[in-house]
Amino acid sequence: MPTVSMTVNGKPAKADVDPRTLLVQFLREHLRLTGTHVGCDTSQCGACVVHVNGKAVKSCTMLAVSADGAQVVTIEGLADGQQLHPMQEAFREHHGLQCGFCTPGMIMTAVDMVNRLGNSLDEKTIRHELEGNICRCTGYHNIVKAIGAGAQAMGKGGGMQHAAE
Amino acid sequence: MSATGIGAAVRRKEDFRFITGKGQYTDDVSRPGQTYTCFIRSPHAHAKILSIDTAAAAAMPGVVAVLTGQDFAESKLGGLICGWTVLSKDGSPMKMAPHPALAAGKANHVGDPVAVVVAESVAQAKDAAEKVVVNYEVLPAVTDPAKAAQKGAPQIHEVAPNNTIYNWHLGDPDATAAAFKGAKHVTTLEFVNNRLVPNAMEPRAALAEYDPGSDSFTLWNATQNPHVARLVISAFIGMAPEHKLRVIAPDVGGGFGSKIFIYPEEVVCLWASKKVGRPVKWTAERSESFISDAHGRDHVTRAQMAFDDDGKITGLKVHTIANLGAYMSTFSSAVPTFLYATLLSGQYAIPHIYCEVDAVYTNTVPVDAYRGAGRPEATFVVERLVEVGARELGLDPTELRRRNFVKQFPYQTSVASLYDAGDYDASMQKALQIHDYKGFGKRKRESERRGKLRGIGFATYIEACGVAPSSLVGQLGAGVGLWESAEVRVNPTGSVELLTGCHQHGQGHETTFAQLVSERLGIPIENVTVVHGDTDKVQFGMGTYGSRSGAVGMSAVVKALDKVEAKAKKIAAHVLEAAEGDIVFKDGKFSVAGTDKAIDWGSLALQAYVAHKFPTGEIEPGLKESAFYDPTNFTFPAGCHICEIEIDPATGVTEIAAWTAVDDFGTVINPMIVEGQVHGGVAQGVGQALLEHTVYDDKGQLVSGSYMDYAMPRADDLPSLKVDTTVTKCPSNPLGIKGCGEAGAIAAPAAVMNAITNALGTEKIDMPATPQNVWAALQQANTLRQAAE
Repeated sequence: MPTVSMTVNGKPAKADVDPRTLLVQFLREHLRLTGTHVGCDTSQCGACVVHVNGKAVKSCTMLAVSADGAQVVTIEGLADGQQLHPMQEAFREHHGLQCGFCTPGMIMTAVDMVNRLGNSLDEKTIRHELEGNICRCTGYHNIVKAIGAGAQAMGKGGGMQHAAE
Repeated sequence: MSATGIGAAVRRKEDFRFITGKGQYTDDVSRPGQTYTCFIRSPHAHAKILSIDTAAAAAMPGVVAVLTGQDFAESKLGGLICGWTVLSKDGSPMKMAPHPALAAGKANHVGDPVAVVVAESVAQAKDAAEKVVVNYEVLPAVTDPAKAAQKGAPQIHEVAPNNTIYNWHLGDPDATAAAFKGAKHVTTLEFVNNRLVPNAMEPRAALAEYDPGSDSFTLWNATQNPHVARLVISAFIGMAPEHKLRVIAPDVGGGFGSKIFIYPEEVVCLWASKKVGRPVKWTAERSESFISDAHGRDHVTRAQMAFDDDGKITGLKVHTIANLGAYMSTFSSAVPTFLYATLLSGQYAIPHIYCEVDAVYTNTVPVDAYRGAGRPEATFVVERLVEVGARELGLDPTELRRRNFVKQFPYQTSVASLYDAGDYDASMQKALQIHDYKGFGKRKRESERRGKLRGIGFATYIEACGVAPSSLVGQLGAGVGLWESAEVRVNPTGSVELLTGCHQHGQGHETTFAQLVSERLGIPIENVTVVHGDTDKVQFGMGTYGSRSGAVGMSAVVKALDKVEAKAKKIAAHVLEAAEGDIVFKDGKFSVAGTDKAIDWGSLALQAYVAHKFPTGEIEPGLKESAFYDPTNFTFPAGCHICEIEIDPATGVTEIAAWTAVDDFGTVINPMIVEGQVHGGVAQGVGQALLEHTVYDDKGQLVSGSYMDYAMPRADDLPSLKVDTTVTKCPSNPLGIKGCGEAGAIAAPAAVMNAITNALGTEKIDMPATPQNVWAALQQANTLRQAAE
């Protein structure tokens, strides 16, 4: 079995894995980081989005061995200790989640969106950018609001790049 | 109103764990030594199982066991059941066919599980599953409900000739026929209410563990009602007595009805866990969800509405064929009957209604309650007829509605429902104003200048929630009562654990139920923990569905809090050395009227537990009370949704330009959460109207079996919504709550289709109104128009 090693949320992680192990399985089953979810088999729903080397990646579509040597950040690594990331705070403030299952992927996608497109995101852009993330609870209304507000907050110095990146 | 009490937009207590990745869904739970499953499912819609060869699979690496339907049959465990008996017109009971957890003898839909592999890892289970050889004899299949009862259709179950489960009816056929005879105008519509897949984002999952030491089971299960699951698995399947089976529903990632039901997979995991002596886990992959989660809707309907000279509705006739799939799921029988026909009066005074429903088996996944459950289908019938009737009579659709609204309450409909309170015109007026209905003509002309078609559509819906007095549902055939329980445990320091039989899977009960306690006891909301979803903690409860948690669950909490307050006052009287009648409880403080003698909540709680200052022969130490609340009626939320759309006639693409919702939910505990429920409901309704379609081919293969093929609403398919409320309090529960969880999904499909048909100028289009369907409808309408000219 091949050995993979990577940095996850700032900590080294290493394991021997079945070569077909997906990154999401490595995170959930080997590292017990169960905040990253699997909602579909077809890379459509985005519940599994994590950051690999600073970019949003659907971890159900990447082999763990492909992430060998990478810097990986999951939802568990986004907050700075007890200090929530501004995007996490925005989701809570604007009721951007209901059942919470899609939420980790939504937040990781949202942070990536801001990293790529900046802090002023209009509604149309946010809705378009969310094409790879499905939520069945919220109708997206409050997710869109939360991301807009979270993006602004990230620009106001609350906006650390997350600590581990 | 306090900052955390009733009516405050309190931010959710449960959010922290979800936004930091600390939620605990069933698949996140791991038990030492756990094994994993892969179900072998029938690839055929209808096939005899001639033999199953498991030898090669059993020899694969990591395989712990391979179990088949034959093994399950030999276990003598019972099958899955439908818990609501519906009688046909002739009084005969519905034809419920056996539903074994693993099919033996015959598979009846694509996805019907026939065997299971238990292995050390998911990958090994899947590898071995490929080596299980099932020899099938493929039989002809029927998937179209309109064809299921026809002569020559393949017969699915011996107990149900012509695949007919029941021929049910409600209302007075003769009086309704007479009303139609005297009608000035009759509007007729035929349509299909499209079949939907609920698609909660967390796939269903089960983890079962058997403890030989205590001869008991624990089941972690993604379910909306753990106690009902335990009851059915115990009493009907016979897995274990109730006190030897603990069901835990941890965080559950959405339900929308699909996680109410008791499914084969959890039963098989429990059975297998005892057989292999290790915990057994199953988590659905999305493709499995599509072929094993109960689907929703799937009606074929012909409906007629009669009007008099003044545009008053004089009668309604409805005939519906309801597809219940290959087996009768847990509550399937009630959905197209008691949750459907009883709402056919809508918001209107309709003197005569007659509804017939024929429920049929087909070789498809079972169909059961999905958000709204019967009420979206009823609303679609009524609101499409009213809108089309207005068009045919040349009346403004809001004017026709106004002329027919029920205005006096209570109002006894001709389909059994007793409406208790409402002001339908108030909701509509407010919606018209917010939406700027008057400006529609101008906006339409502006669209036309850009070559676009603009339409507006309404849905003034009604629903029935908080099902219902237990004695009534018993008369109607339900196998359970539909009350709810609550227990308030006050700790010696005054903090509170509130136990409820409701279960949250997105609704925010950990916040809203705590708001209720915070307001009543005058304690910080942080000092209240809401406990739910574990049969070892909560004594019994009926779970969450049918928008019942506020109306029924919170009413039980109020009753328990009444008892807590009453006992606390007795204790306070002794502590403060005053008469009990002089004790006043306000803002978290017990005081003696007219004096400055007082004791705060926390100190009183401590007194209750130290029991130093009151006679324990008269008053028991401690402070813990429970209550069961049985509703006295359904609740009847209602409202007005307005949808405005713009169609590109060149492509058929429909864009929702604006949406206004004004709902009357009675008392609102947390407006932020209520608005969120409306947003989500509307999104699911818009999904049904514009995007979502479950397609079976004539061999019974599910063609739309993944997110590549089944169009889930995405963020850019939906608009931002204008959401507001009007309030008439529900008179039948102590808080005046009506329920809000399903309204959006109930109102939206009719509102969207009324808008699209308004824009197109033709009624001949079924849901989903995809660009292809809209474009085709437009071409057909143009062709007919040109032919007529």
